[in-house]
Amino acid sequence: MESTEDLVSISVTVNGRRYADQVEPRWLLAYWLRDRLGLTGTHVGCDTSQCGVCTVILNGQAVKSCTILAVQADNGTVLTVEGLAQDGTLHPVQAAFSEAHGLQCGFCTPGAEMLAVALLEENPHPTEAEIREALDGLLCRCTGYQHIVQAVALAAERKGRGA
Amino acid sequence: MNALIGQPVRRREDARLVVGRGQFTDDVQLPGMVYAVMVRSPHAHARIRGIDASRALGMPGVLAVFTGRDLEGVLGSVPTAWIPPNSDLKQTPHRPLAVDTVRYVGDAVAMVVAEDRYVARDAAEAVVVDYEPLPAVADVMAAVAEGAPLVHADAPGNIALHWKAGEVPDEVFARAEVVVRQRFRQQRLIPNPMEPRAAVAQYDSATGHLTVWMTSQNPHIHRFILAGILGIPEHHLRVVAQDVGGGFGSKISCYPDEALVAHAARVLRRPVKWVEDRSEHFTATTHGRDHVQEVELAGRRDGTIEALRVKAWANLGAYLSTAAPGVPTILFGLIVNGCYRIPQASTEVFGVYTHTTPVDAYRGAGRPEATYLIERMIDLFADAIGMDPVEVRRKNFVPRDQFPYTNPFGITYDSGDYERALQRALERIDYAALRREQAALRAQGRYLGIGFSTYVEMCGLGPSEVAGAVGFQGGLWEHATVRVHPSGKVQVFTGASPHGQGEETTFAQIVAEKLGVPFEDIEVVHGDTDRITMGWGTYGSRSLAVGGSALAVACQRLVEKGQRIAAHRLEAAVEDVVFEAGRYQVRGVPDRSLGFQEVALQAHLAWNLPPGVEPGMEASSAYNPSNFTFPFGTHVAVVEVDPATGAVELKRYVAVDDCGTPINPLIIAGQVHGGIVQGVGQALWEGAVYGEDGQLLTTSFLDYAMPKARFFPPIETEATVTPSPHNPLGVKGVGETGTIAATPAVVNAVIDALKPWNVRHLDMPLTPERVWRAIHGKGAQG
Repeated sequence: MESTEDLVSISVTVNGRRYADQVEPRWLLAYWLRDRLGLTGTHVGCDTSQCGVCTVILNGQAVKSCTILAVQADNGTVLTVEGLAQDGTLHPVQAAFSEAHGLQCGFCTPGAEMLAVALLEENPHPTEAEIREALDGLLCRCTGYQHIVQAVALAAERKGRGA
Repeated sequence: MNALIGQPVRRREDARLVVGRGQFTDDVQLPGMVYAVMVRSPHAHARIRGIDASRALGMPGVLAVFTGRDLEGVLGSVPTAWIPPNSDLKQTPHRPLAVDTVRYVGDAVAMVVAEDRYVARDAAEAVVVDYEPLPAVADVMAAVAEGAPLVHADAPGNIALHWKAGEVPDEVFARAEVVVRQRFRQQRLIPNPMEPRAAVAQYDSATGHLTVWMTSQNPHIHRFILAGILGIPEHHLRVVAQDVGGGFGSKISCYPDEALVAHAARVLRRPVKWVEDRSEHFTATTHGRDHVQEVELAGRRDGTIEALRVKAWANLGAYLSTAAPGVPTILFGLIVNGCYRIPQASTEVFGVYTHTTPVDAYRGAGRPEATYLIERMIDLFADAIGMDPVEVRRKNFVPRDQFPYTNPFGITYDSGDYERALQRALERIDYAALRREQAALRAQGRYLGIGFSTYVEMCGLGPSEVAGAVGFQGGLWEHATVRVHPSGKVQVFTGASPHGQGEETTFAQIVAEKLGVPFEDIEVVHGDTDRITMGWGTYGSRSLAVGGSALAVACQRLVEKGQRIAAHRLEAAVEDVVFEAGRYQVRGVPDRSLGFQEVALQAHLAWNLPPGVEPGMEASSAYNPSNFTFPFGTHVAVVEVDPATGAVELKRYVAVDDCGTPINPLIIAGQVHGGIVQGVGQALWEGAVYGEDGQLLTTSFLDYAMPKARFFPPIETEATVTPSPHNPLGVKGVGETGTIAATPAVVNAVIDALKPWNVRHLDMPLTPERVWRAIHGKGAQG
């Protein structure tokens, strides 16, 4: 275990709330969120940044939190799945995932949703091919992706209507 | 009350899962919890000369290092739970931690427990194991060759089992007009649910009770086996599997790891968590498939199939995993004739030990291996006699009026209409037009392929008597309790253990319809051995057919009890009271009625019950099915092969499935999509690769190609409905059909596309390199 001198102070805004903490430089953002903040919605599915189930939005960009160090998020803003719903109302992406049956076991779902949120920020009216392309950073073993693709399209349609 | 069975009801599990509030095993956080990391063998086969854990133990924060020697006489061996009769099964002890010898890359030799996960990882790397590497064998055929290194001294020739069913004499083949022979390799696959395995254990020293949260498809089976390994009374062990992130068979098995974590919690008196990382999953969680099959088919020039003979070598890995011996025998060998009326058929299987990760059930478990070989053989036979593969299929289908149909191995198919599903698929793709398009494109130098798979499978496992007869060391019935509270709210306790299948929703649909209680008033409880009386779990597409049927029976018992109470309260004869849409009504007197929930309250109050009726409103059922279920259908894949690169593009995929009476079509579609994508994964991309030295070369998602969204066109699904006649819901399993059907459909399509080059067969996965080599006559891969 490293001595306290090796700890680094960080300050990160997560889901609108500011957290100050002392972390080891090697701690991964995913585990900091999960173990220190109790935000266990961000899951870890691999250790080589392929599966994308750990995806969060850091400073406006979708990143794989299992390959980002917590110290890299210092002074940054992180949005996790827990921060999507506002005042008990599901984010349109969350509502669409449920409506289109875009999840089965639910393990990749937080990552899939964060990817979808980032996609729709960048491209509010994606084609089906663009959605499939954007999901390249995600592995889902249950759904065969089809209902995920439909969920993202549904969310885009709703957002387009200003819902 | 609207009918709920058959409606695309939105899943209630989603409410927690879409907001990140699921409770997966790694989400369990307990005060004082510490972390375990396994030290695993980097060698496929080696003698352990010694283990030096002193440096690890000296690291601050390290609580303990356990080795195989420490656990001798403390923990029992990890047993297999399937002992097929007349198979001469060589069971060899599988110690939770290797003692003298490691037998595969990933075999655990030590467990380190430390205050945090980073320290535990550091300490695991500081454990020094002195290995003496030994010769290893990974390939199934190499393992049965003369002079191969032995995996276990007491399994000569590395033969773990030898099993036979049926007999087809040589004369049948000698006399046949046409004989087709082919050798198939079913490559090894890695299950890869997105949630790796994990366990958290907590010991209560005051009561001696141990709780294990774990990634399980079958908590009661895990409790039963773990109790034996740990030497703890079964009633002092609680296994909890709340949210489980997919399983695909890999979370059926009982592994050493969960027992080790439980033991550590008991010894250290601290909660212990262990979470597999992905690379660990590749080596330490069971694999699937891995057969070599030699298949012979005898038939007539008119397309009639006369006989089928299968000889298979199944790689079982280094140890016999929980269901491993049953997968390539019972679940494979008894259904190799598929949906065809083949008068004579036989299967002979050698289960083989190798220095590789143990192989066990993987989505479909045995049935994909069977379906692939028969669906490929049909195409090879069609090619040999110059007949359309669709016509060959039609000619040999078990006809609709022949059900129940007993196949050559004595398995009785419950119901089916294979022709109807095929016809639907042909219409959907416009087969004649598609063949014309194929011909036109070929003239332009573009190569389209059309592939069929008209599958049937055996699932809904299964009658317990059959389980016993085939050597499965458990029952295959299912338990359900339906508890109606005084307020009319209902809790359902099921022994099924869903991990993505949506049974919190579908089971509530069944109960809502059967009891006429609002869907919102019903909660489905699963995955906890302390709350659920008994259960055999979720696998083999059994939960709805068996667990759902248990629920239907329990509901019927409540309805009948309610009827007696209602008749008494309404001062009518029991037979004059009818139950409809949640109300008991006196026949012909519409204003004399009572709702089910009102009756439930009366049952609880017990102020005025008819004689002989006990208070309370709860019923259970231990439903033991009388047969398996046999879903079927036709899948069609349309591919285009680029001869310049060998790349295969999946252009269209049509699936017509018949899973009996549908409960929730939305969930069925999801199961079918996911299954198909997994099946296509085997056909085109996935494959575990071992080096000759037994090193696993595919140990991450960088090396092991998983299906991705952009590889697929939208899958087109349709259904026919042929209810199963032997369960109260008329349902058949649907969890594995896609995986079973898709693989041969896609391979048949690719081989069809390669017709101009006279390619007869290619083994999977059909990677661009393999296809390119076939086209350009460059022989086998590398």
